[in-house]
Amino acid sequence: MINLALNQVSFSYNASPVLYQIDLAIEKGEMVALMGPNGSGKTTLIKLASGVLRPAEGDIHLDGSSLRELKRRQVAQRVAVVPQQFHMPFAFTLREVVLLGRTPFLKAFSNEGEKDQQAVNRAMELIGIEELGQRFFNELSGGERQKGILAMALAQEPKLLLLDEPTAHLDINHQMEILELVKGLNREQGITVIGAMHDLNLAALYFDRLVLLKEGRIFADGTPSEVLTEENIRELFGAWVQVIQHPLMKTPHIVITPRSP
Amino acid sequence: MKGKMLALLRRNRRTVLILACLVGILFVCLLVAAAVGAVSIPPLDIVKMTLNKAALTNFDATWETTDETILFQIRLPRIIAAALVGAALAAAGVLFQGLLRNPMADPYIIGTSAGAAFGATLVMMLPVGLMFHGFGLIPFAAFFGALGAVFLVYNLARVGGKTPVISMLLAGFAISSMLAAAMSFLITMSDQLQLRLHSVFSFLMGGVWVSNWSQIAIIAPLIIGGIVVARFFAFRLNAFSLGEEGAAYLGIDVERDKIAILALGSLLTGAAVSLSGLVGFVGLVVPHAVRLVLGPDHRLLLPAAALSGGAFLVLADLLARTVLAPSEIPVGIITALVGAPFFIYLLRHTRREYAF
Repeated sequence: MINLALNQVSFSYNASPVLYQIDLAIEKGEMVALMGPNGSGKTTLIKLASGVLRPAEGDIHLDGSSLRELKRRQVAQRVAVVPQQFHMPFAFTLREVVLLGRTPFLKAFSNEGEKDQQAVNRAMELIGIEELGQRFFNELSGGERQKGILAMALAQEPKLLLLDEPTAHLDINHQMEILELVKGLNREQGITVIGAMHDLNLAALYFDRLVLLKEGRIFADGTPSEVLTEENIRELFGAWVQVIQHPLMKTPHIVITPRSP
Repeated sequence: MKGKMLALLRRNRRTVLILACLVGILFVCLLVAAAVGAVSIPPLDIVKMTLNKAALTNFDATWETTDETILFQIRLPRIIAAALVGAALAAAGVLFQGLLRNPMADPYIIGTSAGAAFGATLVMMLPVGLMFHGFGLIPFAAFFGALGAVFLVYNLARVGGKTPVISMLLAGFAISSMLAAAMSFLITMSDQLQLRLHSVFSFLMGGVWVSNWSQIAIIAPLIIGGIVVARFFAFRLNAFSLGEEGAAYLGIDVERDKIAILALGSLLTGAAVSLSGLVGFVGLVVPHAVRLVLGPDHRLLLPAAALSGGAFLVLADLLARTVLAPSEIPVGIITALVGAPFFIYLLRHTRREYAF
């Protein structure tokens, strides 16, 4: 069953085009990484899929209904986004931030109800941050904050989770931890995941399908072993690398060799 | 149904308790302010007179009739106006700080003050003093000047269907500077051109000189209604603290809500300015102070700041008219002199931190 479908989607910021006639279908339960150099259109594609940006041409369908016909609120009840980082100016506690995930479900004057509290509790348990609930969000470490944002996204009870470089600015242990969590959500909760990823090796290890973007067009689309070839990487990033096999996972692993050893 | 109400009350016990306390504090401030002055009136008499006036009770009049005149014709209109102005400015401050995520945001940040002052100045130059429903022309000019300036700023900052916060702050700064320059020109030329602009200065310093009920009858519904409607946006303001992009991801129609919140904040500010001129500091500092003590959840912050702002300005106005009686100090001087040290104390003694 198709979860998200892009048909001939084009987009440009003011006059400069970013995406050209993208066709992409993502099935329910898939875990897909969007990859490509800076400016290739990864983040724009995430924003289009979230409905925050509207395509200049073409159409995007979420579970069969066009995003153009859905209200922002209706989209947010099904799609959650984890951006690179949030800047939070006020001293909200972590739990208060996670509760923000219930925004699309709350009516104007009503406070959160039992159901919302349960969604928040469940999200914090799934991410394993129950004991951080009363800490101030701004005082947490980068990794803890990112887990909080992930919990906020989960409190939206999404069918589709969009990640915009969720591991940027994080230490290697937190990168792993976040991706393990996301993978768990994908496998156990059946949440479809689309993530813009920078790190080729992390993407190869945690994602089943990689979509490579080049200058606003889809350049390659397939499993990590199909897509992450030396030629593709040279063509896409202009980088000469060697692709070997991960010793345990049998996935492609990219190694670089300095030009002047 | 009853059980559900009780459960709701229990879960929000903290909110209800805090707001009840603040209502109590505001009431005490009003009572004190009504009692103190050139003629002091016993608080008990004030309560009795007010209840009689409202036709709720029928106490025997053990007080002088002059006391009654002073209370209802002079003091009450003024202190109620002060409470309304303080509440409106503090609520508007909460709205602007929450929406713009800018620590320097106050009700005047996007041009309301300059617009109001410019409007008032233009009207003061008129050779005639028109009256309408107990209003001079100045409150009208200030009100529409404030809204006009915000409308202008918003439209200048709007590019391609979006109004980025930063363009709005910059456009607000530009328009404010231009209007302020135009006003300064008029004031400097005032002698040569024989404009009658002495009252501009008292308008700029701010002061509650309201002494009739008809002005309050028009403005009070505007301010109270504005605060109630603003409360509808409280949870969405929480989401706005993640930034416009973050708010959009949470399903908020950012441009629509931004217009609504700006319009509400400007309406509240315009209403306040029309009663009292440009009272500074309240709208900047009361929201910060309340946030430091009670936390940033706008669902509590907004009503709590409005009540605190009201109480604060009632007390400041009391000082303004009694410290150097019989002459009066502009209330804006009091709000800054008393409010600033208190705010600095709070900043240094609370755990909740800012990271704007």
